Amino acid sequence: MFLSMNWIADFVDLTGLDRLDLIHRFSLSTAEVENEIFMKGSDISGVVVAEIKSVEPHPESKKLHLLKVDAGDPQLTDVVCGAPNVRVGMKTAFAKVGAKLGEIEITPRPLAGFISYGMCCSEKEIGISDDHSGIMEITDDIPNGTDIKEAYQIDDIVFEVDNKSLTNRPDLWGHYGIAREFAALAGRPLKPIPAVDLSAYDSLPKVDMKIEDPLCQRYSCLQVENINVSVSPVNMRIRLFYCGMRAINFLADLTNYLMLEMGQPMHAFDSRKVEKIRIKRFSEPFVFQTLDGVNRNIDENTLMICNDNTPVAIAGIMGGLDSEIVDDTTTLTLESATFDAVSIRKSTVRLAHRTDASMRYEKCLDPEMTVPAIARFVQLLTSVDKGAKVVSSLTDEYAFRYDKVTLDFDKAFVDKYTGIEISNDTIVKTLESLGFTVTLSGDNFSVTVPSWRATKDVTIKADIIEEITRIYGYDNFDVHTSLSPLYPVRPYEEKTVEDKIKDILVKRYSLHELHSYIWAYYDEYKALGIEIEDNIKLVNATNPNIETIRRSIVPTQLVQVRSNVGFAPDFGVFEIGRTVNGLKDDGLCDEHKKLCITLYSKTKNIETIYLELRDMLCVLASDIKHRELSFKTAEASHNYEHPRNLNEIYCDGVLLGKMGIVFPSVSKKIDKKASICFAEIDVSAFAEIESAPIVYDEPSKFPGIDIDVSFVSDIFEPIGNAIKEAKCSLIKNVQVIDTYSDEAGKSITTRLTFSHPEKTLTREEVMEVVNGIIEKLQNIGIALKQ
Amino acid sequence: MKEKLEAIRKQAEAELDGLTSPEQIESFRVAVLGKKGELTSILKMMGKLSAEERPVMGQLANDVRAFIEEKITEKSKEIKEKEMQREIDSMPIFDVSAPSDLSRGSYHPITLVQRECENVFKSMGFAVENYSEIVTDYECFEALNIPKHHPARDMQDTYYLENGQLLKSHTSAAQNAIYKKYRDSLINDGLPIKAIFPGRCFRNEATDACHENTFFQMEGVMVDKDISISNLIYFMKTMLSEVFRKDIKVRLRPGFFPFVEPGFELDISCLICGGEGCPSCKHSGWLELCPCGMIHPEVLKAGGIDPEEYTGFAFGLGLTRLAMMKYGVKDIRDLNSGSLKSLSQFTDDE
Repeated sequence: MFLSMNWIADFVDLTGLDRLDLIHRFSLSTAEVENEIFMKGSDISGVVVAEIKSVEPHPESKKLHLLKVDAGDPQLTDVVCGAPNVRVGMKTAFAKVGAKLGEIEITPRPLAGFISYGMCCSEKEIGISDDHSGIMEITDDIPNGTDIKEAYQIDDIVFEVDNKSLTNRPDLWGHYGIAREFAALAGRPLKPIPAVDLSAYDSLPKVDMKIEDPLCQRYSCLQVENINVSVSPVNMRIRLFYCGMRAINFLADLTNYLMLEMGQPMHAFDSRKVEKIRIKRFSEPFVFQTLDGVNRNIDENTLMICNDNTPVAIAGIMGGLDSEIVDDTTTLTLESATFDAVSIRKSTVRLAHRTDASMRYEKCLDPEMTVPAIARFVQLLTSVDKGAKVVSSLTDEYAFRYDKVTLDFDKAFVDKYTGIEISNDTIVKTLESLGFTVTLSGDNFSVTVPSWRATKDVTIKADIIEEITRIYGYDNFDVHTSLSPLYPVRPYEEKTVEDKIKDILVKRYSLHELHSYIWAYYDEYKALGIEIEDNIKLVNATNPNIETIRRSIVPTQLVQVRSNVGFAPDFGVFEIGRTVNGLKDDGLCDEHKKLCITLYSKTKNIETIYLELRDMLCVLASDIKHRELSFKTAEASHNYEHPRNLNEIYCDGVLLGKMGIVFPSVSKKIDKKASICFAEIDVSAFAEIESAPIVYDEPSKFPGIDIDVSFVSDIFEPIGNAIKEAKCSLIKNVQVIDTYSDEAGKSITTRLTFSHPEKTLTREEVMEVVNGIIEKLQNIGIALKQ
Repeated sequence: MKEKLEAIRKQAEAELDGLTSPEQIESFRVAVLGKKGELTSILKMMGKLSAEERPVMGQLANDVRAFIEEKITEKSKEIKEKEMQREIDSMPIFDVSAPSDLSRGSYHPITLVQRECENVFKSMGFAVENYSEIVTDYECFEALNIPKHHPARDMQDTYYLENGQLLKSHTSAAQNAIYKKYRDSLINDGLPIKAIFPGRCFRNEATDACHENTFFQMEGVMVDKDISISNLIYFMKTMLSEVFRKDIKVRLRPGFFPFVEPGFELDISCLICGGEGCPSCKHSGWLELCPCGMIHPEVLKAGGIDPEEYTGFAFGLGLTRLAMMKYGVKDIRDLNSGSLKSLSQFTDDE
């Protein structure tokens, strides 16, 4: 919304004050002002009111005329002018030699053989409208030679406030409300709005009007006739233009002017078309043509203004084409009303049509404003058009009243909330300057909220704190820490675990942490041949490609790996992210925090990187929880999983997740020649596992013995089990030092390191244990390698 | 005899000169000074000399022996030094000017910025909270004083799920749970609630260089008996100065958010120009950084805390925006792109 300082100055005396500084304070105390402030008229100088004394056709040009212009100088000025609307006796805006119009400086200039000593200007050229169809026509009686900026309010400071920062302030949708803020900031009184006394018309007949729906809070109307002025006064048009509206005709301009001044939208009907005003909804949907010529579908929830049973306007949004003021309109009915804000907002959304009026109604306008707006309208109308005549009495139905809001609090409350000392006197003065009524007894305040703030904005004591502090100025606050007690804060385990996982994977294994989205990406999955698994869906995703929430990060990460092929011959990525495993019994999403790792290699075979992945996971368990992992062969359940080498991962008996290699067809689509494997574990489940304590094992001072034994076995697991089952505390370390395959099958050479805390072990002593292990393994068919 | 001794001396000196290895020296030593050596064999002839000559020749023989021994020591030392020099010279000079292999892992920039912020807040006694990404309407809106049909819901385009839950549109969705988690220790033990919650948020909007549907925020709350606006400003200024590692100025402007009252937009002095005005702050000297405010009484009530007795402040830092500011990331979409070309650059905390 654009705001004019001239307009604001109508209501508060700003003499002697730095207006730019006030705007800055407004930005800090009320609502954000956009950075660019417009110094209107500052680039215009040397333009005067002048009268065209003679018009001669140019001998060689059809368009150009040769004028003699009285610019208030002793002699007439010769001007060559191309405007179509020049005529003798016409007054216009004239840029004399030496004048400045923005970048242009006026100099004597030859035009088709004649020298022009100045330029007659269009309204656009002096920046007061976008009309460039001809030169400005001045009808006011102003002496020739008067500087145009003295004649009209061209000099102005215009600033813009973001509408979003006014959503909670219905009172700030017009200049008068803004002026109230400036008055409070400047410590100067707010002037009343000029208005007529509407009771003077009480003896006139009433308008036939009835509210038939509770969505209409108040409806005030008045009939006026004999309006002859069609073009608005220049100053009014300048203000409308500066505030972003186009001048249309006097009546339309007047309703717009009122809206920009008081924030109250108004509408004028042709009285012939609205003899019986009824405000209601219809039970059946229908099509209605608004005054912009668009046919709109109206449903049973949309409040309408009707002439008896014929709709004539969408309440609070836009009038109808049929009831619009036309050339032969003699009597008009002026509407000034308030409607239920939520209803207007919903209708706006349904109709997908937002207007300056509906934008204001959505904010909960003050119903107290409807009648003063009419009184101001009539005052403005009759001051411009002396012939205009009010022909009805004020007709006003006030169906819904907001409760009066009174808030009681004491000084201690203000002290506690602000943390600084603000005197009772300052509190009273500040609130009163904003229109609040304040009663102070001792340290107890009783504050009545003015109607324009009581529709939803100020309802609780904390709201009053905002009023006091924002005018006081946050820059003026004495800033200090709180006196709250200190206490130790322990980090929660899951967070610590997450941080450690990231550190280990990045620092030790040089993996890269990535982020991805919580949903499946249909197109990308399809490109890899990965099924979209059914899961809970978004209902309002604008992009149907992302509708289904993912059950696993693995497919997401395979998509990411594919897009990074070419980054390096070997790389690994990981993410700690969320997945959803359908719904829980209570109907809520079963959300999980997962760690997903994918390794990609063009230089190493799949076995190597798969075992590297296994090592990473084991190191995570060992570093973070001091525990070992175990693995169980799993059945593939997703079409990106290779049926072989898919393992469930267990820690302390808890299933953490799975690791595996990628199904051949999917893997080939990512990269024909690379080895790719993945693992996904549940971070929360891992975090919940109790950390095994570190128990110190004093190193023996006596030499130990290494025994290497080779068994014929495809996997280490039974050998490891047999060693564990031997339960020999002298075994300090177990290591696979070699594997070998020949016609007899695969053999695994395991080195057992023995040591005794108090003596040097003999070979005989340890062989007893080793033989026990050998025997055990032979019993289950695992032979010693010969 | 004297001549023989002199000859041995001369010959030894000359021979030694041509030797190049410790082995040659050893065989020379044996040949001259050994039991069967030249000198020894001459000494054996001493018995044949007269009593006058014997001490003179004995003295001379010893001198020659001492001389040769000294020469041998000298020569061995010389050879050792030469060998050492040869070993030294054989060491090639390595090219340290060649580019280093810096291949290493990387953190997501959000992790780095998040950790930095967490560390600052932890140092001031704030707990770091964890929360789900999918929340209920109650958590995201109702409990934050945003009832159904409140215009504020229009401000956030929310992703809704089939079961009525939603992807949280702001980290404030965790506030209610945080209050409920800590209210007992607040009320019973008088311990203030001080918590931050970094988390992922979602908005149903089209993405471009400045807009993402998935981004990170960090919520912070502090509740106690006398938490004031003055405290809010103090904490924000102190913490943000730590986060940005410079003494920044903060300023509050009124801002409307239904879950705070009063609500503020917090600006910080421009990090580039320090407040003088530059293109990056659009010549205003200020950057709009984070919304904050005094927690709305209804929000405290929904968390089981009596607003007559307790007050508090809340703020929401845009972690994604901070990361972009810190690293000069211009396109927000880079962060979720999964592109290693972009993301592998964030190798460590500072």
